[in-house]
Amino acid sequence: MFPVEDDTCVLRLEDVTKVYSGIVAVRHANLALRRGAVNVLVGENGAGKSTLMRIIAGVEKPSLGRILIDGEEVEFHSPADAQRHGIGMVFQELNLFGNLSVAENIFATREIMRGVRGIDHRAQVEKANHFLDKLDAGINAETLVEDLPIGQQQLVEIAKAISLDTRILILDEPTSALSAAEVDVLFKVIGELKAQGVAIVYISHRLEELMRIGDYITVLRDGQITGHAMVRDIDTKWIVRSMIGSDAKDFAKSVDHRLGEEMFRAEDICLPRKTGGLAVDHVSISVRAGEVLGIYGLMGAGRSEFFECVMGQHAHATGSIRVGGVEVADRDTSRRIREGMALIPEDRQREGLVQALSIASNLTLASLDRFVRFGFHIAGEREQSAIQSAIRDLAIKAPNPDFEVTSMSGGNQQKVVIGKALMTEPKVLLMDEPSRGIDVGAKADVFRTMRRLAGEGLAILFSTSDLEEVMALSDRIAVMSNGRLVAVIDRKDATEEMIVKASAEGHKTTRELAQ
Amino acid sequence: MTTATTTPDATDVSSGSVLLTLMKLRTFIALFAVIAFFSIFAPNFLSTANIILMSKHVALNAFLAMGMTFVIITGGIDLSVGSIVGLCGMVAGGLILNGIDLQFGFTVYFNIVEVCLITLAVGVAIGAINGLLITKLNVAPFIATLGTLYVARGFALLSSDGQTFPNLVGKPELATTGFAFLGSGRVLGLPVSIWILIVVALAAAYVAKYTPIGRHIFAVGGNERAARMSGIRVDRVKMFVYMFSGFCAAIVGLVISSELMASHPATGNSFELNAIAAAVLGGTSMSGGRGTIGGTIIGAFVIGILSDGLVMMGISSFWQMVIKGIVIIVAVVVDQAQRRLQQQVTLMQLAKKG
Ligand SMILES: Nc1ncnc2c1ncn2[C@@H]1O[C@H](COP(=O)(O)OP(=O)(O)OP(=O)(O)O)[C@@H](O)[C@H]1O
Ligand SMILES: [Mg+2]
Repeated sequence: MFPVEDDTCVLRLEDVTKVYSGIVAVRHANLALRRGAVNVLVGENGAGKSTLMRIIAGVEKPSLGRILIDGEEVEFHSPADAQRHGIGMVFQELNLFGNLSVAENIFATREIMRGVRGIDHRAQVEKANHFLDKLDAGINAETLVEDLPIGQQQLVEIAKAISLDTRILILDEPTSALSAAEVDVLFKVIGELKAQGVAIVYISHRLEELMRIGDYITVLRDGQITGHAMVRDIDTKWIVRSMIGSDAKDFAKSVDHRLGEEMFRAEDICLPRKTGGLAVDHVSISVRAGEVLGIYGLMGAGRSEFFECVMGQHAHATGSIRVGGVEVADRDTSRRIREGMALIPEDRQREGLVQALSIASNLTLASLDRFVRFGFHIAGEREQSAIQSAIRDLAIKAPNPDFEVTSMSGGNQQKVVIGKALMTEPKVLLMDEPSRGIDVGAKADVFRTMRRLAGEGLAILFSTSDLEEVMALSDRIAVMSNGRLVAVIDRKDATEEMIVKASAEGHKTTRELAQ
Repeated sequence: MTTATTTPDATDVSSGSVLLTLMKLRTFIALFAVIAFFSIFAPNFLSTANIILMSKHVALNAFLAMGMTFVIITGGIDLSVGSIVGLCGMVAGGLILNGIDLQFGFTVYFNIVEVCLITLAVGVAIGAINGLLITKLNVAPFIATLGTLYVARGFALLSSDGQTFPNLVGKPELATTGFAFLGSGRVLGLPVSIWILIVVALAAAYVAKYTPIGRHIFAVGGNERAARMSGIRVDRVKMFVYMFSGFCAAIVGLVISSELMASHPATGNSFELNAIAAAVLGGTSMSGGRGTIGGTIIGAFVIGILSDGLVMMGISSFWQMVIKGIVIIVAVVVDQAQRRLQQQVTLMQLAKKG
C-alpha cells in the first residue's frame, strides 16, 4: 500500500494505532514522509489526520506502533522531544498565549537571552518581525495575540513553526482562516522550505490548494490509510472519491423561490479601529427574506467586524440595524439574539464552544427555551430528539453526544457550532466563514441546509474567502475591502474577475450602496 | 489469539477499571472511611444523638457550600458568605428583640415569619450587591466579595456595638415567639434544619440539571464569551448565583441564631473557607464549568464528620487543622490521578478490543 523505502524518506510510521475513550482514531497506519516534498494528507472530518500528526509531533503517544526517523526508532514523550528531532507543527486549533505579544509567542520556550540580564526583547521582536515579513503578515511583533483576528493568529502560528528551523514541518489546516492572498505567500514560503529539503505535511479541506502545492497525497478514511498517490497523477475528483467513497455532491444551487420583504437592514455601520481609522467604514446593506448574501473579502476586509457590530459586540460601533422592518434598539448580544439574529462566529474555540460541556449541551445551549415546559423544566425527550436530528442533518461524527465537545475532530466541532446557531430558528443568520475546516461532503450538507433555510424565509449573510463558494451559493455578492463595502453584485452579473478586482479596491472611491 | 494470552490482559484491564470506579467514588469512599474510622475510635460516635448533632453541624456548611458551588461553577468565588451569616443573624436577632425604631416614639415589630423573610431578603440583597459589583462595575469576584466580607461584618458589629443579642424567645403579644423551632424543632424525628437542607439541596440539584438557568451556569463558567454569543444573559446568570449564595448564607444565619437563641456579630467567621473546601472536595473545579450539588453535599459531610469526630477523639484543634488541610489536598490529587487513569483504562480496553 505504501511505496518502497528510499533515501528520500525522513520519517516513517509503522503500524501506528491510536485509541481514545470510545473510539479508534487511527488504525494500523503506515506512512512515509519525504524530504523536499509536500506530503498531503486528506480525509473526512474525524478521519484521524490531526491525530496522526499529533503523534508525529509528540503530543500524543501511539497506542501501538513505531516511529522511525532516518530509519531509527524514536519515542517522543513530549512535543519538546519531537522538536529536538526537528519536527514542528502548526496545530489545527491554535495554540497561542493571548496575553503575550506575538514575539513572545514565537520565542516561547526558547527565549533569546542576554545572559543574566534576562530576555532580549528587542532581538526577539526584530527576529519575529523578520519571519512575519516573510509571510507578508502585516503584523507588528509587539501586539498582543488576543488583539489579532484569527486569520492573523494563524499567520503567527505559521511564523512560529517556520522560525523553528525544522526538518519536518506539519501544517494542519494552516489556511482555514486565510484568504487567497495570504495563501499565495504561504505557498511561496513552502516552496522555499521544500527547496531546502524540508519535509512538509500539509492538511487541508480546500482541494484546489492540495492540487497546487502537493507532491504526494495520502488518503485516510475512518482511521485507516486507504490510498496513496503522486499528486500529478490525480485530480480533485479522485481525492473526493477516495475520501468519501462517492463523487462530490454538488453545491446546492439556488432553488427558485420568491424573495420576500426586506428582512434585515444595516444602516451606516461604523467601527473605529484602535489604531485609528475605521475597521468598518459606513457599511449599509439590506437583505430580503429568503435571500443569501455572500460577503467576499480578503483578510482584514472588515467582514468579521461588521458581523460583530451587527450582533452588538462593540459598544462604540455606530449605525442602526433593522430586523423585519423594526429597528433593533438593544445593544447587547443576547437581546439581539432574542430579536431573531444568530451568528456563527469565526473563532469556534473562543466564541463558539463551551469546551467543558458535552456535545449535546453545546448544541442546544442557545435554544434551551424551545425545550422548556412549565417555563422552567427542560423536557429531556424533546431535547434529545432535537440533538439526534441535528447530528443526523449535519452528519456530525459523534460517537456519543454526552462526550465532551473537545473530543471531536476540528471539523465536527465546527458542525456543532453551525448546528447550535441553526437550532435557534433565527430570522437573520450571520455566518462568518461557516465552512472553516469542514470536509467537502459536509460542506455540501451545510450549503444545502443554508438553501433550505433561505427557502423557509430566512435572510442569510455569510462571509467567505473562497471564491468558488461565494459564486455558487449567493443570490447577491457583496465585496468588502479595507472596511468598506466596495461592491454589491447580483450573482447573475458577477464574474470571478469582477469580485477579485473589487476586493483589492479598498482605497478607491467607487462605492455602491446596497439598496 | 489464544485464551492463555488474553486472560492476564483481561484481569489487567478489569483491575484497572476497578481502581477507576473506586476513584470515581472517592468522595463516597472518603465519607465511609471517616465514618468507619470514627465509629471505631470515637466513643458514642454512632449514637443517634450524636448523628443528629453532627448532621446539624454539617447542614450549616452544606448550605453555604451549595451556594458556593454555583458561584464557583460560573468561574467566580464568594468570600462574603461568612459575614452574611453574621449579619443576617444580627438582623433576625435585632428585629425580634428591638424591632425597628422609627425615631419619633414608634417602634415597628414584625411577627416571626416576617422576620425570617426580611432576613432572607437581606442575604439575597447582599448577594445582589456582589452580583452588581461583578457584572456592572466589572470588579473581580474575589475583590468584590472580599469588600462585602468586611462591610457586612462591620455592619453586623455596628448593629449592636459588638454585643450579643441574647435570649431571642420573643413576646407572644408581638407574635415573635417560636424562633427556636428553626434551630431545635423536629419534624418526623429529623431536625428542621435538615429538612430545609433536603428541600434546598433537591431544588438546587434540580435547577442544575433540568433548567435552562442551570445549564447556563455551567456554560458561563466553561466559556463566558461563547455563552454570551449563544444569547445567554451572562449578567443575569451571575446575579442569580450570588443572590442564591446570599440566600443560603441567610438561612445559615437564621438557623445558627435560632439554635443558640442569641445572635453574635462574629458568627460565621471564616465559614467561607469551609464552604469552598466542601465544594472542592465534592469535585467542583475552581476554574469553573464543572461541579455537582450532590458531590458538594458529600464533601460537606466529609469535612463536618472529620471535624466533629476529631473533637470527639479529643485531638487538639491544632492537629485538626493540619488533618483537614491534608484531606483537601489529597482529594484534589486523587481527582487529577483519576483523570489520567481514566484515559489509560479506556485505552487498554479498546486496544484489546481491536
Ligand atoms: N482527545 C480526544 N478524545 C477522544 N477522542 C478524540 C480526541 N481527539 C480526537 N478524537 C477522535 O479521533 C477521531 C479522529 O480525530 P482527528 O482530529 O484526527 O480528525 P481529523 O481527520 O483531523 O478531522 P478534521 O478534518 O475534522 O480536523 C475523531 O473521531 C475524534 O472524535
Ligand atoms: Mg483535524
